[in-house]
Amino acid sequence: MLSTPPAAFSRKIVVESLSHAFDIDGRSVPVLTDVSLEVAQGEFLAIVGPSGCGKSTLLNIVSGLFPPTTGRVTVDGVPVEGINPRIGYMFARDALLPWRTSLANVAFGPELAGEPADRREARARDLLRLTGLAGFEGSYPSQLSQGMRQRVSLARTLARNPDILLMDEPFGALDAQTKLVLEEEFLRIWERDRKTVIFVTHDLFEAIAMADRVAVFSARPGRIKSLVALDLPRPRSVTAGRFGPRFQDLYDRLWDDLRYEVVAAG
Amino acid sequence: MPPVSVAAAAETGAVEARERHRKLARRQEQLRTTLWRLGVLVAFAGAWEGATRGGLINPFWVSGPSLIVADLWKAFTSGSVFLHIGVTLYEAFLGFVTGAVAGILSGFALARWDRLSRVLDPYVTALNSLPRVALAPLFILWFGIGVTSKVILAFSLVVFILLVNTYAGAKNVDQDLIIISRLLGANRRQLTVKVILPSSIPWIFAGLRLGLAYALIGAVVGEVIVAQAGLGFLISHSAGVFNTTGVFSALIILMVIAMLLNELMKATERKLLRWRPQIPGI
Ligand SMILES: Nc1ncnc2c1ncn2[C@@H]1O[C@H](COP(=O)(O)OP(=O)(O)O)[C@@H](O)[C@H]1O
Ligand SMILES: [Mg+2]
Repeated sequence: MLSTPPAAFSRKIVVESLSHAFDIDGRSVPVLTDVSLEVAQGEFLAIVGPSGCGKSTLLNIVSGLFPPTTGRVTVDGVPVEGINPRIGYMFARDALLPWRTSLANVAFGPELAGEPADRREARARDLLRLTGLAGFEGSYPSQLSQGMRQRVSLARTLARNPDILLMDEPFGALDAQTKLVLEEEFLRIWERDRKTVIFVTHDLFEAIAMADRVAVFSARPGRIKSLVALDLPRPRSVTAGRFGPRFQDLYDRLWDDLRYEVVAAG
Repeated sequence: MPPVSVAAAAETGAVEARERHRKLARRQEQLRTTLWRLGVLVAFAGAWEGATRGGLINPFWVSGPSLIVADLWKAFTSGSVFLHIGVTLYEAFLGFVTGAVAGILSGFALARWDRLSRVLDPYVTALNSLPRVALAPLFILWFGIGVTSKVILAFSLVVFILLVNTYAGAKNVDQDLIIISRLLGANRRQLTVKVILPSSIPWIFAGLRLGLAYALIGAVVGEVIVAQAGLGFLISHSAGVFNTTGVFSALIILMVIAMLLNELMKATERKLLRWRPQIPGI
């Protein structure tokens, strides 16, 4: 059941025997054990696993927020040491700056990089149009629905033109319909330039509908239990194919692996 | 955005009508509240006036609305009161501005520089728990009976309010905002200026409003103790010659000034904090 990415692709992200433990009240609590993973250039990898198994921790380490206890991560062959704005990171919570308008939120990354105001605003405008928010450039986050805020957050993540996207349950806090719409739109945007994506989700449908491969993590301390390649054709629709036999097969297989771990996690 | 459909347009119309209706209802409610407020004032002043005229209480001790109004009229038409208002405002303003600037800067320094706050924490707490009005005699001894001692008293009250509020604001920034900004490439200085500062603004404003009230208190308390001019001087001087009407006139002027300043602050705050969610009724 283990599969490696096609050899034709270059290895974009390499995680080598990574383990991590947090100090909690002076005790060392292992969160990830011996995770090794390769993500190819342009690959869409989904990660599923019971909550608390260290998925967010893995993304935090890949993003360079903090180093792992042991093991290492390389991006384009270069070890990750600290934050790299070429890696975009999006959370389930929008984390928008409430005193900035949509436009200023999206332009924030380029602004930090010292890009001139007219250029970054033009780009922010384009990205807001791309994420379906034309007309809402001047709105503050408090004036937007949750779905719209996640659109702004997505546009902000794209604004520094990262070549890797780390997505931590980006649509997890949305209602079911809004979620479908945003998944559909995200796939459409992703198809344009096929950035390398690691997409954490607790939704198996979402994982199968979007990813090239799915990694199933074990209960805490998390390790990779299985890696399943999805040979579904692209470009895909999030909803079409959801009830087809291929989809059902993959779902059953992943759920078999995952259910055991979810039960184990309590 | 998808084109606006006819149904959506109709719905927008209905929403607008409802909104208009709500606005009208709100205005009526406001008018009612204002009338009731005036009623309370008239009843209170009437009772006061009646009690003193009817011989229930001696106006020598409590004065009376008509006496106060006449006194205020004289004070303003002769222009004698303007010097006192000016002096008090000048002292409060200087104390407020210097105290606010010093308080905000030191609040940020403490919040952003862990060692500094660890070392100074007990001293800040100690000075902050000292009732600083009690320092007034000392300030007068050191800085004389003129304007300076009042400015410094006001400063000493304002600076800690702003320090504590700014510190709390800077420490209570949503951690998600810090993390996401760092991920987007913010350095330490950018984090302070573009994330922590704006996110502390509501806290700083709460401090400024309180600080303004305390600046006025500092100036007036200083003047009450000893001064040559100012509303506090007017109060203690009038009381010294058993002129209760003069005391009440000065108090009313102070009250109006404090309320005007507070409204000014609120308006500024509303303008600067447009991004905050509008909660109806607040
Ligand atoms: N900064 C931290 N300090 C201490 N413990 C943490 C920290 N971050 C996460 N944890 C713990 O590590 C475990 C894994 O967390 P996380 O990576 O967020 O899991 P997941 O995203 O898979 O739900 C959890 O038990 C969580 O409580
Ligand atoms: Mg998580």
